[in-house]
Amino acid sequence: METLTYNGTQIEVNTEGYLKDMNQWTPELARTMASQEGIDLTEKHFDVLNWLRTKQAEGTALSIRKIGNSGLVDIKQFYALFPGGPLKISSKIAGIPKPASCI
Amino acid sequence: MKKLLILGAGTAGTMMANKLSRNLNKSLWEITIIDKDENHFYQPGFLFIPFGIYQPEEVVRPKREFLPKGVNFIVQNIEKIEPENNRVLLTNGKIVGYDILVVATGTVPVPEETEGLKGKLWYKDIFDFYTYEGSTRLAKKLNKWEGGKLVINLAETLIKCPVAPLEFAFLADAYFTEKGIRDKVEIFYVTPLSGAFTKPKATAMLSKLLDEKKINVVPDFYLQQVDNDRKVLISYDNKEVPFDLLVSVPVNKGDDMVEASNLGDEDGLNFIPTDKHTLQSKKHENMFVIGDATNVPASKAGSVAHFEAEILTENILSYIINEPMAASFDGHSNCFIETGYGKATLIDFNYETEPLPGKFPFAKVGPMDLLKVTRANHYGKLAFKWVYWHMLLTGKKLPVSTNMSMAGKLVETN
Repeated sequence: METLTYNGTQIEVNTEGYLKDMNQWTPELARTMASQEGIDLTEKHFDVLNWLRTKQAEGTALSIRKIGNSGLVDIKQFYALFPGGPLKISSKIAGIPKPASCI
Repeated sequence: MKKLLILGAGTAGTMMANKLSRNLNKSLWEITIIDKDENHFYQPGFLFIPFGIYQPEEVVRPKREFLPKGVNFIVQNIEKIEPENNRVLLTNGKIVGYDILVVATGTVPVPEETEGLKGKLWYKDIFDFYTYEGSTRLAKKLNKWEGGKLVINLAETLIKCPVAPLEFAFLADAYFTEKGIRDKVEIFYVTPLSGAFTKPKATAMLSKLLDEKKINVVPDFYLQQVDNDRKVLISYDNKEVPFDLLVSVPVNKGDDMVEASNLGDEDGLNFIPTDKHTLQSKKHENMFVIGDATNVPASKAGSVAHFEAEILTENILSYIINEPMAASFDGHSNCFIETGYGKATLIDFNYETEPLPGKFPFAKVGPMDLLKVTRANHYGKLAFKWVYWHMLLTGKKLPVSTNMSMAGKLVETN
């Protein structure tokens, strides 16, 4: 079990740094996590993060395609916001589990 | 007479026809099943055809052999469902009404979704293997291929049988080794996910397989287009992977009929919003969805369809007599993973529990091992073909629990 201390609060994360409880997430925590990825969060980033959190709470399986169809950003823009692996990076910053396959 | 209508006579639809025919009162209920095709394909066999392990004719049988007496079988394309009128329109203009509808129309690879995938190199240097035609054509190609860069690419994360591309890579390594040309073949596994394995236990136990077999993994690669002239894959963030032979798992979509009926979810892939525990449609209470056609977050695999069929049969019987649907699907999935050279590994998991090591199906005795590469697992996979034709499709009980069991699984305590 690993923890991340933010503003005096202990936050549980897994070995890859993903939050164990999405309810411990705050926008300020997101800013801190994003800066570790070299990302300065804008309003557009937060639109995507909030959308991811809403979908996760609904139990929807997330994919890059789904974000591309969300009307918020297209896939190219999503890559521009979260370069490298946009879904895994945005999921981490949004405080939701890492997208995974069955194995 | 009340009417129960099943759309799709693949694995899930055929199992439902058998189970419901056994359980519904025949003097009250008429069962009809509709499919566009007379032939039933043993889809797990498609993986073996390119390597000559199975011959194409081994994986095809007439659908009628597996449908019970007294069930009407209509061979026709489905135009669309009109849920508000409780009826289904067929392309020949016929209309079929229902009291209860079971949608089991599955998924198909759609290479047209990706620019350049079905271009001039299609079935020359670019192949799929999740179809009868693709796997048989690829067998001919591999037979005479002399080596180069073999690229296995997943165009999308949401695909049928997520382990099959990995099995393909393992079997390709063994195939070219046995042919004596492994040193002339470079194998690349190009995936939109963060790796070939993404779950912690599976990663810990199986990732060394990729190194041992010299399979190069290219993670986080989301395919935008295939350039046929330069023979490269291009991702949305402009990364490139060159290939000589591309084995593609194209974008998977649900049946066109789902789109025509405006029943798909927001992915735009024609999968139907379905309650992940009861398997009832989220929009229409007399519509149920099973197998690859649903959008539940379980693997699109035959084992899932099998476990779902057990649950859905109970729930439909409850629904008919206005009782609460008490049976709950837990996302149980069970998959053999061929690793080449007559060995395989096995995974068993559900919505909540990742694949864990241990014994299966019986604690201590197995005989199969979870997350370990063994001969017994390989024999299990081969034996499954017999089980599929003789027991699974016709809805007979198998010695595997419907909900995932923790018996035999090793759990570390923190």
